[in-house]
Amino acid sequence: MRSLLPILTVVAVILGLWYAAVGPMNFRLALDAATRGGADVTPATPTEQGQTGLIRLMLDNPDVMPAAYAFERPRLPQPQDVVIEIYDNTLGLARNCAWQGFGADRDNWSPLSDGCLRVIENRRSLIFHAWQTLAPTLLGFAIGTGLGILLAVGIVYNRTMDLSVMPWAIASQTIPILAIAPMVIVVLNAMGIQGLLPKSLISSYLSFFPVVVGMVKGLRSPGAMDLDLLRTYSASGAQQFWKLRLPSSLPYLFTSLKIGIAAALVGTIVAELPTGARFGLGARLLTGSYYGQTVQIWAALFMAAICAAALVWLIGAVERRTLARLGLVR
Amino acid sequence: MSQDTVIKAEGLNLVFETNDGPVHALKDVDLEIRKGEFVSFIGPSGCGKTTFLRCVAALEQPTGGSLTVNGMTPDEARRNRAYGYVFQAAGLYPWRTIAGNIKLPLEIMGFDRAEQEKRVNNVLQLVDLDGFHNKYPWQLSGGMQQRASIARALAFDADILLMDEPFGALDEIVRDHLNEQLLQLWARTNKTIGFVTHSIPEAVYLSTKIVVMSPRPGRITDIIDSPLPAERPLDIRDTPEFLAVAHRVREGLRAGHAYDD
Repeated sequence: MRSLLPILTVVAVILGLWYAAVGPMNFRLALDAATRGGADVTPATPTEQGQTGLIRLMLDNPDVMPAAYAFERPRLPQPQDVVIEIYDNTLGLARNCAWQGFGADRDNWSPLSDGCLRVIENRRSLIFHAWQTLAPTLLGFAIGTGLGILLAVGIVYNRTMDLSVMPWAIASQTIPILAIAPMVIVVLNAMGIQGLLPKSLISSYLSFFPVVVGMVKGLRSPGAMDLDLLRTYSASGAQQFWKLRLPSSLPYLFTSLKIGIAAALVGTIVAELPTGARFGLGARLLTGSYYGQTVQIWAALFMAAICAAALVWLIGAVERRTLARLGLVR
Repeated sequence: MSQDTVIKAEGLNLVFETNDGPVHALKDVDLEIRKGEFVSFIGPSGCGKTTFLRCVAALEQPTGGSLTVNGMTPDEARRNRAYGYVFQAAGLYPWRTIAGNIKLPLEIMGFDRAEQEKRVNNVLQLVDLDGFHNKYPWQLSGGMQQRASIARALAFDADILLMDEPFGALDEIVRDHLNEQLLQLWARTNKTIGFVTHSIPEAVYLSTKIVVMSPRPGRITDIIDSPLPAERPLDIRDTPEFLAVAHRVREGLRAGHAYDD
């Protein structure tokens, strides 16, 4: 309860700012419509309106403001419109499908097999698009994490890799992912690789880096004394790794994984943008912007945020359980 | 070399090459430690007392002279599990229970599970930590953690126990208590103990032999065979014999110009 109040306060502030911004953002559109509808506005012509500042326009035409809030295809939709759009394309869709299934075959209706399947397969469904993005995200995250851990082990145990790999890993993150995403897709396509993997590779490209950095720090966290202790037992390199370095690195690894999985989701969405993907949250963002459907864009953004929050929460839950089992949480 | 010599150093030298030129950490150290002795190394920082212990443990390589442990090179001695090493900090793994920590060397050395359990029980009794098997290190006080780390060093039955300022980070009351317990442990197990400290009372109270060292270059200035009896209650520290030994240690430190700066 104590943690709820600050969260709700922040949400309230964001909602307040959002509502406050809706009118001004949509005002010119509403004024335009009012002018064409023959209403009495100052200044009277669109050309003059274009040369007048927004604040001046709002002060001179206060009666247009309600129309700005209720505008049909707004530049900035109201929050509840976004919530309704998300509901319509997730649970609402499920409800409709369920009713349709009910009407089609009253005796053999099964909500799970039929209704849910339609929600998942329906091209309008945000759940369908979210899954189209989540699947490559999870695969990319797995690839990125595996690669990151391997690189970190190499960097810690091999001096040549220490000196050579790290600068490249850092350089790799300075390249705009938007620039290489289409190339990766095209090259892989030419090699006959399509579907999940190209998106996953771009997502792993973003998620391996935090894992490398965190894991290198974690594997190096044991002090000289800890290492000396193992030397007095004549422990082998493998024993040093499994009994000391790896357990020491786990808290660092989990922190990296949380950053990595969020980055993986961003990577997948970015991979969908320049490549003309038809499905996925990135595709929804793209079609939304093509057709001026801002509500659709916002709904896809919120869905992406919900997915990211769920993934980070999931890693956090695994982290708490693992560290508690290792006695690292007090 | 007599039959019961455990550690023997002859003309031992160790020079570290640093950016500021060579540092003579140990210079011409001659020392013989016999089985069952309790030997303390005392001196100010930089006198090489820890370095000598690390040479015995093969954690440092001497650059000159000879050093044998149980008649072998330090490296061979280590492979033969000649010694257990206790560091300044307990260094217990936070993700392992106390029993798990004590099993660490046993796992590495390949003891079977039944034997591991037996040995854990034995050494926990020895250091008076019976019943703490499943506690995590952070649930123990500093003194108890250090006792657990001594138990870990005892678990694989090494004849030599090397201790590098093991009680340095503890308060004086806990320290007195642990010193008393350490003497009892030594009496029961008949180990050879090398003990680094910079507390004069601690060195005199514990040792059968006190090695006084001084810095720049690190060398031995005096070796004192303690005249104190084997049976040592804490109040022995007020007897004239005790004070006489302590005085000689202090003189030895002064002779090495330990306080000249």
